[in-house]
Amino acid sequence: MEGGFGSDFGGSGCGKLDPGLIMEQVKVQIAVANAQELLQRMTDKCFQKCIGKPGGSLDNSEQKCIAMCMDRYMDAWNTVSRAYNLRLQRERANM
Amino acid sequence: MADMGEADQAELQRLVAAEQQKAQFTAQVHHFMELCWDKCVDKPGNRLDSRTENCLSSCVDRFIDTTLAITNRFAQIVQKGGQ
Repeated sequence: MEGGFGSDFGGSGCGKLDPGLIMEQVKVQIAVANAQELLQRMTDKCFQKCIGKPGGSLDNSEQKCIAMCMDRYMDAWNTVSRAYNLRLQRERANM
Repeated sequence: MADMGEADQAELQRLVAAEQQKAQFTAQVHHFMELCWDKCVDKPGNRLDSRTENCLSSCVDRFIDTTLAITNRFAQIVQKGGQ
């Protein structure tokens, strides 16, 4: 039946692989990889924006900045995503 | 050993190709963010103001324009070099 990452890779128990079930797992793995990429880059950018001279700990303003930065990063991600999509559509219309 | 019919195999190839295209799109967005965040966002606030939003959108378009300009000019340079 449907499994997580390691189990019964899309098989139905009758020896036949189901493309749909395989793709479900592929999509999950892609989503996980994308989330990791997003967090990695977001962390770098927000560290650069929010932490000046590194002190003994993260003070209140730094923590608030980090939280806001995360939200703004995701807003920016959506804006860029939309702009790219629009541009691709425009280019396709011109072809 | 488990197997897949030809139709299923073709279907799987089609689905994988679709996911690859989506993944390519996402990778490009990450790349744009690398450049455009620094260019457009000063101090993160409570929301993105319209100036920042416009900057981010323009950034994507101008980067693509730059890519095209470089590609075209480079092709010319290479062509001239061959004569």
